[in-house]
Amino acid sequence: MIVLTVNGARHELDIEPETPLLWALRDEIGLTGTKYGCGIAQCGACTVHVDGQPVRSCSLSVDDANGTQITTIEGLSPDASHPVQRAWIAEDVPQCGYCQTGQIMAAAAFLKAIPNPTDADIDDNLTNICRCGTYPRLRAAIHRAAALARG
Amino acid sequence: MGHIDTALSRRTFLVAAMSAAGGLAIGVSIPGFAGAAPLAGGAPWNNDQGAGAGEVNAWIVIDPDDTVTIRCAKAEMGEGVLTSMPMIVAEELGCDWTKVRSEYVSPNRNMREKMVYQGMLTGGSSAVRASRPYLQQAGASARARLIQAAATRWNVPAAECEAADSKVTHKPTGRTINYGALANDAAKVTLAKEPDIKTPDQFTLMGKSQARLDTKVKVTGEAVFGIDVRLPDMVYAAVVMCPVPGGQVKSFDADAVRKMRGVISVVPVPNGVAVVADRFWRAKQAALALPVQWNPGAGAGTSSAQIREDYRAALKGPLENAKSVGDAGKALGADKARLVEALYEVPYIAHATMEPLNCTVHVQPDRVDIWMGTQAPEITTGLTAKTLGVTPDKIFVHNCYLGGGFGRRAVNDELLQALAVAKTISKPVKLIWTREEDMRHDRYRPQAAIALKAALGPDGMPTAIQAQTAVGSILKGLKGILDFPMGPGVEPMAVEGLVNLPYAVPNLRVDAVLKDTHVPTMFWRSVGSSQNAFAVESFIDELAHAAGQDPYQFRRTLLAGKDDFLKVLDTLAEKSNWHEKLPPGKGRGIAIHESFGTIVGQVAEVSVDAKGKVRCERVVVAVDCGHVVNPRNVEMQMESGVIYGLTAALYDEITVKDGAIEQGNFDSYQMVKLADAPKIETYLALSGGSKWGGIGEPGTPPIAPAVANAIFAATGKRVRSLPFSNTDFSRGV
Repeated sequence: MIVLTVNGARHELDIEPETPLLWALRDEIGLTGTKYGCGIAQCGACTVHVDGQPVRSCSLSVDDANGTQITTIEGLSPDASHPVQRAWIAEDVPQCGYCQTGQIMAAAAFLKAIPNPTDADIDDNLTNICRCGTYPRLRAAIHRAAALARG
Repeated sequence: MGHIDTALSRRTFLVAAMSAAGGLAIGVSIPGFAGAAPLAGGAPWNNDQGAGAGEVNAWIVIDPDDTVTIRCAKAEMGEGVLTSMPMIVAEELGCDWTKVRSEYVSPNRNMREKMVYQGMLTGGSSAVRASRPYLQQAGASARARLIQAAATRWNVPAAECEAADSKVTHKPTGRTINYGALANDAAKVTLAKEPDIKTPDQFTLMGKSQARLDTKVKVTGEAVFGIDVRLPDMVYAAVVMCPVPGGQVKSFDADAVRKMRGVISVVPVPNGVAVVADRFWRAKQAALALPVQWNPGAGAGTSSAQIREDYRAALKGPLENAKSVGDAGKALGADKARLVEALYEVPYIAHATMEPLNCTVHVQPDRVDIWMGTQAPEITTGLTAKTLGVTPDKIFVHNCYLGGGFGRRAVNDELLQALAVAKTISKPVKLIWTREEDMRHDRYRPQAAIALKAALGPDGMPTAIQAQTAVGSILKGLKGILDFPMGPGVEPMAVEGLVNLPYAVPNLRVDAVLKDTHVPTMFWRSVGSSQNAFAVESFIDELAHAAGQDPYQFRRTLLAGKDDFLKVLDTLAEKSNWHEKLPPGKGRGIAIHESFGTIVGQVAEVSVDAKGKVRCERVVVAVDCGHVVNPRNVEMQMESGVIYGLTAALYDEITVKDGAIEQGNFDSYQMVKLADAPKIETYLALSGGSKWGGIGEPGTPPIAPAVANAIFAATGKRVRSLPFSNTDFSRGV
């Protein structure tokens, strides 16, 4: 039995231990805000926080996630009030929107580690793919989120 | 059923669906935002039930609390229609924009009610251009009827009343009634005459930047893409397709996987085999383990090197003439003509939408329900009717948010496979392509070889230009799916961007040969302009340098008298500091191209380091789309078009080995990421008048030639084939 604690709720799952966390979140637990994009940890659309660290959930088995605390986009805030989400709304970042939940989870973890990032910090750390090319607004939103978090 | 009820039922559906699947109810609206901002819902589709309470006309529903729902017949794939279409209606309706929410129209109702929503195909950057007049009319008509309903209630002439900010005011007395209290009466009003619609000088909402209505649901995870649909008892399908496009299944051994956990069935589908299981991961594992024998078909044994040679050879003829002005042949053969020639080549490229193709189908005795992201619900309905032999009135397409489209989601290959599975099982089935299937079974931007030749006169200006292209047909592969009315002559997509060359050249000739391989092709953001602008705008740069002239001034001279093009060019020159010198290793390149009714000019600032690493640091964009609905969205689409085109220019090619597509995922098909993304500045250089241009695609064509021209400025090296990553720009080695 796999035990996952997701957004504070405990889930006991009778699934194969090699199942990627992504598919357990989406198909077993029903949290579809975490997206499938590539399956090989290239695009970051599936980014969640595992014990506070950003993880590409398509490439982490539930066995390796067993017993951890997992946060998905649905658990980032109850009302889109996380500074990163507020910044994303203010900068109107999303276009098609498919990669954005992963972008937001990556940015939220990044800002926790580096609260006052430079552009070079952003370039070095945020590698999620966006096909709509929202990068210019995404960069502005990260800086805005950092400012919001500082208060 | 009233509108509030319908909204609730859609919500209830999601809650029920998710609860039944053991999940959480994320489809409900999030507290803290009610009334704070205009919105689009998490599930964007309409409930198909037709007119209900508060519906003033098919596009507009006004609730008693003055919330206005404005429906959108186009598909939201990032281009912003769920905001721009409602803005057009709201402009005329005179409603409070902060109380507007948007949703899709019902494709089934559109068919039931004789195309009340008109065409629903989203493509060709046509949404605003095609639907603006009738959306304005729908808003104006509703407004006139709200006024009439108020006048009738007050027993005063309608001419004494005016409407704004979601209320009607009786001018002589100052009495007001809110729209929400008038909607049901307004629905019953018959106007003696439909009102006139506003001209652009009268707009108060359009032309001012508005936040997108779908942003909130896209930052919370609420937005339902096709891949996110969850239904009670739903099962999942994964597919395997022949590695060689066009190949067929010879045989497969279903017994080898039938005992794997969760596997329900193995079903032949168009172009492959599907494995059905209780979870997608299990379906995918079984599909990977399924022994399949293929008949690879005619494409086996081909390679990209050979295809490239074949395209070059095809240019030797025969060619079909697409345009001829003057006598280019004679001018090119003239004794004193100074000739410039160049061959440009582009590879196949994939759409690579972030959301891999997927489709959910539930076939029941009395109806067929489809959930997917489609650019063309009519095509979805038509293909379903044909495939299952059911009448279209029994087909309900629930269009979702599209996780990228770029043309790919117009033909519904995934639908045909999902239908094949769904008709074998009574449960709803969600079929998902893996990234690898998505990339290897795309319909690609055609490969092309484009030969350009010009004669320069004594003043350095071209006296003749000849363009010859060998390129794959887009329309041949779409027969029976997306049938375009075809006139005589060359397929327009092959030569768009060539036949409409804007430059004043006395002799112009464009010839084409459609050269197909086994690799399927289709519309890719900006279509023929994606390759032809690269060729033409690189070539014009080459001519400018051959003539010893500044590329901006050279274009300016050739565009004399075309005020719209000149305004774009001059805006570029000014905003990019065109005449300011750059340090060694850096260069600026300029390109300008008209597509889908819009002129876009770009100046790219590029650095090339000693190792040859090309970095596009800054792009200045000037755009003339005539008028603008939502300026912020124009900026976003220019940024999007630039980065989409930059990825293709720098990195991407789909290559063929032994008939199979070599690239399968983002490790072999590289994307521009945040660190590579240039700073992008967009300036409107609008010509107004009667012009309304598209914005989803025109930002893409100029970037490849602008960067190529900048690389030349930085290095002196002319790159004539895409992607640039195949060329070595290193110095001193």
